Amino acid sequence: MTETTAPRSFQEIILRLQTYWAAKGCAILQPYDMEVGAGTFHPGTTLRSLGSKAWAAAYVQPSRRPTDGRYGENPNRLQHYYQYQVLIKPSPPDLQALYLGSLQAIGIDMDLHDIRFVEDDWESPTLGAWGLGWEVWCDGMEVSQFTYFQQVGGHDCHPVSGELTYGLERLAMYVLGVDHVMDMPFNDPQSPSPLTYGDIFKQTEEEYARWNFDVANTDVLLRHFEEAEAECAAILAQEPLDPKTGKRIIMAHPAYDQCIKASHIFNLLDARGVISVTERQAYIGRVRALAKQCADAFVQTEAGGFNAESAA
Amino acid sequence: MADLLIELFSEEIPARMQARAGEDLKKRMTDGLVEAGLTYAGAHALSTPRRLTLAIEGLLDHSPTVREERKGPKVGAPDKAIEGFLRGAGLSRDQLEERETPKGAVYFALIEKPGRPAAEIIAEVLEDTIRNFPWPKSMRWGAGSLRWVRPLHSVLCLLSTDDGSEVVPLDIDGIKAGDSTCGHRFMAPARVSVTGFDDYAAKLKRAFVVLDPTERQEAILQDATNQAFASGLEVVDDRGLLAEVAGLVEWPVVLMGSIDAEFLDLPPEVLQTSMKEHQKFFSVRNPKSGRIEKFITVANRETADNGATILAGNQKVLSARLADAKFFWENDLRIAKSEVGMEGWLQSLGNVTFHNKLGTQAARIDRIAALAREIAPVVGADAELAQQAAKVAKADLSSEMVYEFPELQGLMGRYYAEAAGLPQEVANACQQHYSPLGPGDDVPSEPVSVAVALADKIDTLTGFWAIDEKPTGSKDPYALRRAALGVIRLVLENDVRVSLRDVLSKGYDGADLENLLSFFHDRLKVFLRDQGVRHDVIDACIAMDGNDDLTLLVKRARALEDFMKSEDGENLLQGFKRANNILAQAEENDGVEYSYGADKKFIEDAAEAALFDALAAGEGAISSAIEAEDFAAAMGGMAALRAPLDAFFEAVQVNSDNQVVRRNRLNLLSQIRKVCGQVADFSRIEG
Repeated sequence: MTETTAPRSFQEIILRLQTYWAAKGCAILQPYDMEVGAGTFHPGTTLRSLGSKAWAAAYVQPSRRPTDGRYGENPNRLQHYYQYQVLIKPSPPDLQALYLGSLQAIGIDMDLHDIRFVEDDWESPTLGAWGLGWEVWCDGMEVSQFTYFQQVGGHDCHPVSGELTYGLERLAMYVLGVDHVMDMPFNDPQSPSPLTYGDIFKQTEEEYARWNFDVANTDVLLRHFEEAEAECAAILAQEPLDPKTGKRIIMAHPAYDQCIKASHIFNLLDARGVISVTERQAYIGRVRALAKQCADAFVQTEAGGFNAESAA
Repeated sequence: MADLLIELFSEEIPARMQARAGEDLKKRMTDGLVEAGLTYAGAHALSTPRRLTLAIEGLLDHSPTVREERKGPKVGAPDKAIEGFLRGAGLSRDQLEERETPKGAVYFALIEKPGRPAAEIIAEVLEDTIRNFPWPKSMRWGAGSLRWVRPLHSVLCLLSTDDGSEVVPLDIDGIKAGDSTCGHRFMAPARVSVTGFDDYAAKLKRAFVVLDPTERQEAILQDATNQAFASGLEVVDDRGLLAEVAGLVEWPVVLMGSIDAEFLDLPPEVLQTSMKEHQKFFSVRNPKSGRIEKFITVANRETADNGATILAGNQKVLSARLADAKFFWENDLRIAKSEVGMEGWLQSLGNVTFHNKLGTQAARIDRIAALAREIAPVVGADAELAQQAAKVAKADLSSEMVYEFPELQGLMGRYYAEAAGLPQEVANACQQHYSPLGPGDDVPSEPVSVAVALADKIDTLTGFWAIDEKPTGSKDPYALRRAALGVIRLVLENDVRVSLRDVLSKGYDGADLENLLSFFHDRLKVFLRDQGVRHDVIDACIAMDGNDDLTLLVKRARALEDFMKSEDGENLLQGFKRANNILAQAEENDGVEYSYGADKKFIEDAAEAALFDALAAGEGAISSAIEAEDFAAAMGGMAALRAPLDAFFEAVQVNSDNQVVRRNRLNLLSQIRKVCGQVADFSRIEG
């Protein structure tokens, strides 16, 4: 095994992952510019896992889970956190080895640690998606999710994508030996202005926790949900042929933005405690219906593998 | 003779699926081989997280040649018929044989299927096995269409004879069978070639793979026990966890670590559950105090620092988990001990839906409490206490600990009720009212617990009956069969005497009670059948009045079962059936019911008189025994009727020409029917 030096900060771990996956041929995408609950929602995963075209991308995705807010007090629970996401289609035969290489790249010595692949099937009811895989354990701690996508938006995946999701804070805390997320060095502790995770996020965690739990205007949110749902349908109801350019333009991505929006608003409503157990399923079903329609639309686009000539 | 070695090497197979998959591989392969004519002497399957292995010894190296003879059309039959026969047999006309038969000359086809080499057959059967493997869940990967539990990487398929070993040629979606495998993922990842099973097992062991799951389990158990013993401690037995953990490692390394002192005061069940569910750790207990003081984790590798880094990591993860658990425990205790106490939790259950047609958990608890109060006197419980217990029994569903660990429901309720200073019977009911959960689970015996347990289950059953959500076929999403069996066992094992119909009528409004009662009877039949009571005997008792008093019903059934095993019982049944048949026929022909009782003065025969006397003597005794629920005595009385009844049928012709005598004899038989009918409905007994 090659020797790697230990990283010194949260951002160094991210940078090493970026360098590693770039070297393995992934396009390094930037975070999607909307509020999402997990890296999977990025169209670079959800939509690009559909259709026949090859794809390889890696990116950091800030993710929001309003119900997980703890005012920055819990050592590892946050309403805003980072996921590192890798999606490769078709899944390469050596994906496990590639993944283990990434752990080494961030300073986990394979000769000293115990890495295990423990059954964990993944399912996203809101995305109409599921896959089989594992949670990866390092010395008994879950450090990643490893999934072979079987279905997304109700469509069977052909070919199958391999998805890796790293919970960056938890992984970094382990690698850096930090017990409370807020104490974790964000940049190099030896730099002229060392910043901890808490310096950057303690205050925002408090602010958002208060807003998420007690202040967010539920009437407004409910209305936004309905609007996003209606807009998604309206976008997809348009004729593929754009009258202005004369081109075939199916607006799968703008429609999917509305789906993402609806999903996040649902999460906010959930945190506000205004969704009953029975309503919950209904809301999830509504978001899933949007995700399906977007998936249906995407596979009709060029990026989704649609071939105008063979279709003609 | 040949030996066959197969290894299917894949990415990590879920632990819970490995043993079954090994057996499925063995069954499908051996069935397929035998069907193709390849018999074998022995086969065994092994599994690790990354491989399924099958070794077959003493396999035929060729399938035998098979000769088949088919009879065809007559010589001279139309050409069409002969051509059809030839097509079916795969022969030409000159290959047919003509034979003389009693019906004339007939064509015969002699078809010879030559034996095939084993390798050819193995390749076909293995491909079929892989393509149709019964995984509970399977997947595709990459751009291929092959399905396996996780990506399949290599197939080892080696056929060995005295002359050496050969790879069985096979290519399944680009995976070519070979003679090599990989060792431990981290400790010996290189590929190694093998020549047969012994070589394979030995080389894998050198490559840090213990092939046999039983051997891994034993190694873990022994090492864990020794390490615990060395510290004066013992490992808490958990076979399920042992099997699971053995399915997560190829090279088990047992490491024992300490639990931070600040967590040692948590209830042992909380420590155990948290360690098992989240970390798959074994609990290590101090036999003197009963406290859990250490944990055992099983790593999948050796390291230069003897596992120090691994153990430190695991310990840290555990501390974070237990910090959560401790936080929940302390928060819950604070609430339980506060002014509001467990009542506060009940209020929040008003926001939790039990079932959208059956209202909230809070509404359900109110119903159960009212019902428990009603049931209390029947089971000898104090009505106030039963109601109070039912009220708080499910309050822990709102606690943070149960939210985190649903399997601790009830148990946490007991801890919190004790902390809240509630009476011990109430606290115990919190834990016990869910029981019995399965056929092996103990049945509560404390009256308050029994009352709440019954009320809980009866509310559930009547509720789902009222909204017409009964179990159908294999579908029983609300575990209603289990609930009914729970009621049955609670009643029987506590000797509860109650009309179930009455109790059910106090449950959720709108249930079809007769239908529900017959559901209970069906469950009771299954329950008693498992204990060896014949179903027709149970039917004969269910047909009687008072069949909703389950304790009485079962008492009757057991006495009848014993009676039917005796010679008297068997013969009396025959006599009863004969009497009943004669009567039924006569009643149908005559259009009357013979139920007046016989008159002594019309008796002609001695055997008739003897039966008359026996009935006169027995009838009263049997009635009063039944009255006293002394079924054994009633059966004894019945047994005394057997000899006179046999003698009667031996000597007497019922259908006498003298109509008065005939009627009197029919009335005598109807007394037999009546007496037997007090005990059970004998017409339902077979034989």
